[in-house]
Amino acid sequence: MRIIKLKKEHLRDFVGSLSAFGKLYAPQARGEKSFVLKELKDLSNLRLDYRRTILPPKKFFNRPDETILNFSSDNGYQAAADANGGRRVLFGLHACDIKGLEILDWVMRDGYRDEKYFQRRERTAVIGVSCEPDESCFCLAMQADNVETGYDLFLSDVNSCYLVTVRTSLGDDMVNANQELFQEVGKDTIEAFKKKTHAHARKLDDMCDLSVSQMPELIELEYMSDIWKDYAKRCLSCGSCTMVCPTCTCYDIRDEVELDQQRGTRKKRWDSCFFPDYAAVAGGENFRAEAYSRFRYRYLHKQDGFVAKYGRSSCVGCGRCIEICPAKIDLRDVIKSIEGVT
Amino acid sequence: MSVELLKPELARIVRIKPMVEDHHLFQVRFEDAETVESFRHRPGQFVEMSVIGSGEMPISISSSPTRRGILEFCVRRVGRVTNALYRLPQNSLLGLRGPYGNGFPIEEMKGNNLLIVAGGLGMVPLRSLLWYALDNRRDFKEITLMYGCRSPAEMLFRYELETLTVRDDMSCLLTVDDKAGQEWDGNVGVATDLFAGVEFDAANTYAAICGPPIFYKYVIQKLLERGFSKGRILMSLERKMKCGIGKCGHCGIGGAKKLVCIDGPIFTYWDVVDMREVI
Ligand SMILES: Cc1cc2nc3c(=O)[nH]c(=O)nc-3n(C[C@H](O)[C@H](O)[C@H](O)COP(=O)(O)OP(=O)(O)OC[C@H]3O[C@@H](n4cnc5c(N)ncnc54)[C@H](O)[C@@H]3O)c2cc1C
Ligand code: SF4
Ligand code: SF4
Ligand code: FES
Repeated sequence: MRIIKLKKEHLRDFVGSLSAFGKLYAPQARGEKSFVLKELKDLSNLRLDYRRTILPPKKFFNRPDETILNFSSDNGYQAAADANGGRRVLFGLHACDIKGLEILDWVMRDGYRDEKYFQRRERTAVIGVSCEPDESCFCLAMQADNVETGYDLFLSDVNSCYLVTVRTSLGDDMVNANQELFQEVGKDTIEAFKKKTHAHARKLDDMCDLSVSQMPELIELEYMSDIWKDYAKRCLSCGSCTMVCPTCTCYDIRDEVELDQQRGTRKKRWDSCFFPDYAAVAGGENFRAEAYSRFRYRYLHKQDGFVAKYGRSSCVGCGRCIEICPAKIDLRDVIKSIEGVT
Repeated sequence: MSVELLKPELARIVRIKPMVEDHHLFQVRFEDAETVESFRHRPGQFVEMSVIGSGEMPISISSSPTRRGILEFCVRRVGRVTNALYRLPQNSLLGLRGPYGNGFPIEEMKGNNLLIVAGGLGMVPLRSLLWYALDNRRDFKEITLMYGCRSPAEMLFRYELETLTVRDDMSCLLTVDDKAGQEWDGNVGVATDLFAGVEFDAANTYAAICGPPIFYKYVIQKLLERGFSKGRILMSLERKMKCGIGKCGHCGIGGAKKLVCIDGPIFTYWDVVDMREVI
């Protein structure tokens, strides 16, 4: 591991230089309070003070809506060219989102390895940046407040400079291409970094009073509880919470057919376990017809089923689902209700 | 090779055999000769079948892997894609990808007795296992089939199965809930009634069962009464499916602890006994 120092006055120059490594994406403002990860065309739009982007970085690898096949009645099915296979640099990801990508990798690797996904991942550089938590963050409880892998470079804000952790050979190339912008880390910076790290950990700890260690058992014990029904009464089954979740991966497959019925495209599109037809099969049977059973399923999956399979929850505590929910349902409240600590 | 896991290969419907109302048997062959050669499946596996211009759906492979070259699918007409399939004339092209799912644990089942219990459309995936066992007759001890349908007119593969009733190396028990005024001189009653006259060596038998939800409840109860271990009751589950390869989430059971498309569709009763929303 190599750690070097980048003065804040050199940040823009450095970010600007990264387009040599692929199309550059970074957090930028959309409207008053929202942020998005999108192509950075003007360096002055870079916003490293963002809290969370509306959509997580999964959108680059698992597209919200994409054509996977073209078909015709005489030629059958042909794979569509990958419009997202080029080199990219994602600049400014927070630890929770980097963790989210790692979790996504597990799912995409398991069983049938999704090669298209991994081609996209392998061609995309990830540069992390430290964050300031807000009231919707609970990454600490979800063990996603810190990442040691999953990035090429990680920038930790230390007052007037960044400490830059170089994790991969590609990250090293990025630094070497801009050697004049970096310096060795001095004693003062090390001390300042320790203080900052400590303060950050304290802050997260103060903000976050959630514990999920017994969730699999408690969900099992409270499976028939009215708690699910009470929350589900407010839930609109809109699916927004799953769309914005960095680790939700469900998708639907459907065909779009040209008027002649002979040609068309097959599409893959994000789907949600909250949608009434998610588990409905032909003939009217629906394995989760009731809104509360779908509401419960999300917790059953993220806090129980996923734990059984991969040894941890698939939630990284990013707070997106809390911010987006039109019914103001806070996942932390649901967990606390199940735990009986409200 | 394409990196697109979801790409179907072209196959041709070589023959359509109407069986009972809204249940046709489709005999299908891959267009590409190499694929015909290299395609291998296990009893209990399924494919994702595409009707070009309409969509895709999971369908069990109803033929045995011992009968190579032609794949057989028995499809019930129920919705959009199945209706589109029924509009296709013989010799039309289809898309197929697979085979998917785990299939029956045949290596483990060999050397044991085999009891197959089917209800209604449940015969479709079990037919592959039945013919696999009959074509490898020496690998199994006693083979018993119990198949129940609502009426004689709804019995799938009726003539094929009736030829099995005269075989002396297996026991083929067929029943209907109700004769419904049709020609039938076999048993009348539900599938579980067939247990009455049969002795089992439960410790050396595997039971493979498939049918509608209510069927599972009663058949499992009967098998447990007869001393079957939960791990020797094999059931084929059906769930909504889109991808068939463990990625889209639709087929999850028990909070997606298991995905029916890759961890199943064949489960032992033990695998799922503690799982919610299963039966
Ligand atoms: C492992 C497995 C094996 C199956 N084997 C057979 C078989 O051998 N013969 C047979 O007739 N049917 C079988 N089915 C059921 C069959 O897949 C559905 O009847 C079929 O998808 C209905 O499609 P549709 O478009 O006509 O109906 P619609 O109601 O219009 O369904 C639209 C889409 O929803 C999905 N869907 C709907 N019902 C089901 C379902 N029950 N299971 C999974 N996805 C569904 C499909 O993607 C389908 O294209 C099987 C299902 C599974 C899961
Ligand atoms: S469940 Fe909510 S808080 Fe957890 S990772 Fe998903 S969007 Fe973020
Ligand atoms: S965002 Fe809120 S209202 Fe919408 S499905 Fe999720 S919990 Fe329900
Ligand atoms: S059908 Fe997609 S995960 Fe099983």
